[in-house]
Amino acid sequence: MPLSRLSGIRVLLVRTGMRQGGSAFDKLNRQQSRDLGHDMQFGIFTVGDVTTDPTTGHTPTEQERIKATVAIAQKAEEVGLDVFATGEHHNPPFAAPGNPPVLLAHLAAVTKRLILSTSTTLITTNDPVRLAEDYAYLQHLADGRVDLMMGRGNTGPVYPWFGKDIREGIPLAIENYALLHRLWREDNVDWQGRFRTPLQGFTSTPRPLDGVPPFVWHGSIRSPEIAEQAAYYGDGFFSNHIFWPASHTRQMVALYRRRFEHYGHGSADQAIVGLGGQAFIRPNSQDAIREFRPYFDKAPVYGHGPSLEEFMRQTPLLVGSPQQVIEATLGYREYVGDYQRQLWLMDHAGLPLKTVLEQLDILGSEVVPVLRKEFAALKPARVPDAPTHQSLVAAAGGSRDATVYTDADDVTGASPEESRAARATTPEGSLR
Amino acid sequence: MTTRIAVITAGITEPSSTRLLADRLAEATVRALGGPSAASVDVIDVRDIAHDVTNHVLTGFASPELQERLDLVAEADALIVSSPIYTASYSGLFKMLIDVLPKDSLRDKPVLLGATGGTARHSLAIDHALRPLFAYLGALVSPVAVFAASEDWGSTEAGRLGERIERAGGAFARLLTGAPAPKQVDPFENVTPFEALLADVTGAA
Repeated sequence: MPLSRLSGIRVLLVRTGMRQGGSAFDKLNRQQSRDLGHDMQFGIFTVGDVTTDPTTGHTPTEQERIKATVAIAQKAEEVGLDVFATGEHHNPPFAAPGNPPVLLAHLAAVTKRLILSTSTTLITTNDPVRLAEDYAYLQHLADGRVDLMMGRGNTGPVYPWFGKDIREGIPLAIENYALLHRLWREDNVDWQGRFRTPLQGFTSTPRPLDGVPPFVWHGSIRSPEIAEQAAYYGDGFFSNHIFWPASHTRQMVALYRRRFEHYGHGSADQAIVGLGGQAFIRPNSQDAIREFRPYFDKAPVYGHGPSLEEFMRQTPLLVGSPQQVIEATLGYREYVGDYQRQLWLMDHAGLPLKTVLEQLDILGSEVVPVLRKEFAALKPARVPDAPTHQSLVAAAGGSRDATVYTDADDVTGASPEESRAARATTPEGSLR
Repeated sequence: MTTRIAVITAGITEPSSTRLLADRLAEATVRALGGPSAASVDVIDVRDIAHDVTNHVLTGFASPELQERLDLVAEADALIVSSPIYTASYSGLFKMLIDVLPKDSLRDKPVLLGATGGTARHSLAIDHALRPLFAYLGALVSPVAVFAASEDWGSTEAGRLGERIERAGGAFARLLTGAPAPKQVDPFENVTPFEALLADVTGAA
């Protein structure tokens, strides 16, 4: 019997944890040393909305919006930001990718040190197997410059489009992530749950880069279950911190920190917290308000509702001078504690690309350098730095090749039926 | 223990008969509970927060001014509502405020219903509009409600508004305290003296 006929058996005789020469980590370490030692990460997140510019009436085409997103991410790196995160959307008026790794893989090729992330990856409507595979693949392409943020998504019709039910949002988030977490950490997974086909002896490939899964943030506005989930796993918690009052953020972060300590991952102040934010900045605050007001007044989320002034008072929206944005941002730590990541929403409500790029210039040159210094000076040593692939690899005791080596598989070998027959008739088969 | 009563009134004019009904229902309830030492009353006038309620519907969160009032409702031991009847139902502003109340904040909460309208022909709006709304919200709706038509404020013929308010307040207080209903008067044991019957008819003392 040819060897290939035994492939069904060989798949299971995998060599795990195998070390290969020439550590990928060493290479990464040299390439990306700039990323090390960042107390806090600063960046931008986008929802990829296609919105008419209320001042010109121009609505970008999907291609304009998609290419603008790439330009914005490249600009983020150019001005010295650390993170770019994309939303995931399945319906107009959004031109965010339905599968963020498609965009992020492209960005990995056109950037050098930017961390590529999501805001959010839908843990409810995506198959966790696909998430495990696609984000691990992206991790390899991007040399580890990847993390992701889990979210449930709040658009009712999206769930049924993917055969799911929004009323099951929390159970889906819990079960799907439990599977994803295992797929990245165990080479062979036997699994059964409520929401997908059971798995027997399943190996998600590629294995995470250096044997270390991407860092995961869990995002939620008001669901205590998600703060609890982040705390249970010792993952990060991200509060979107826009469009709603800061009181929601305070409540959720406090819960997450308390439970993080409860689950033994460290003390409450060592939990990993990220915040969103929204800013429009001009050297003179009156100019900022005058220029942003028409966008605010017509914006999909809050337009035709409260005034810009009311919204600034009641939510973390910042429209003003660099100094005002710096002061307000430094104030966040008074209600969430020392935190690791600050992302801003800069490109929504129909703002033209040119304006967004100017905003990033101001953010990168006048706001973030000051915040880096100030936040670093305020942060006690016991509070961990923002997690990076390198820091996670170091914490795991160094890089390892996690490849699951097999001789062949059912596709290149015999049919599954023949493999099963071979297994039943050979001594090796009985080893199962 | 003081009973905390929240009152929602959705009258628009100033002064408003809807507000007047709300105040009198609250007074009757407090009286039946044993007076001001037994109960406190917080009035939420929808007109004061109409824009904030609209903004909440649009943005999904409450302004501090609105939040303070939502908290009063959520934390109250009992709720009295009074809405004008517009086009055969409670007013739109009243419903918008009910729509933004935190989920389950009225579950198991005793509620006394009041409504006002231009004509007594709308009086069943309490039973076909308000009562199902509060049943959906899981409130313990007091069986005795008060509808005040315009003519009730200047007449004794429509069943004496003051007496109906007292009866509603008394029943609501008993719902709150669990006190038993007063004994039925046996008309054969306690006969109404004929002078009283005559005075009722002629208005004489």
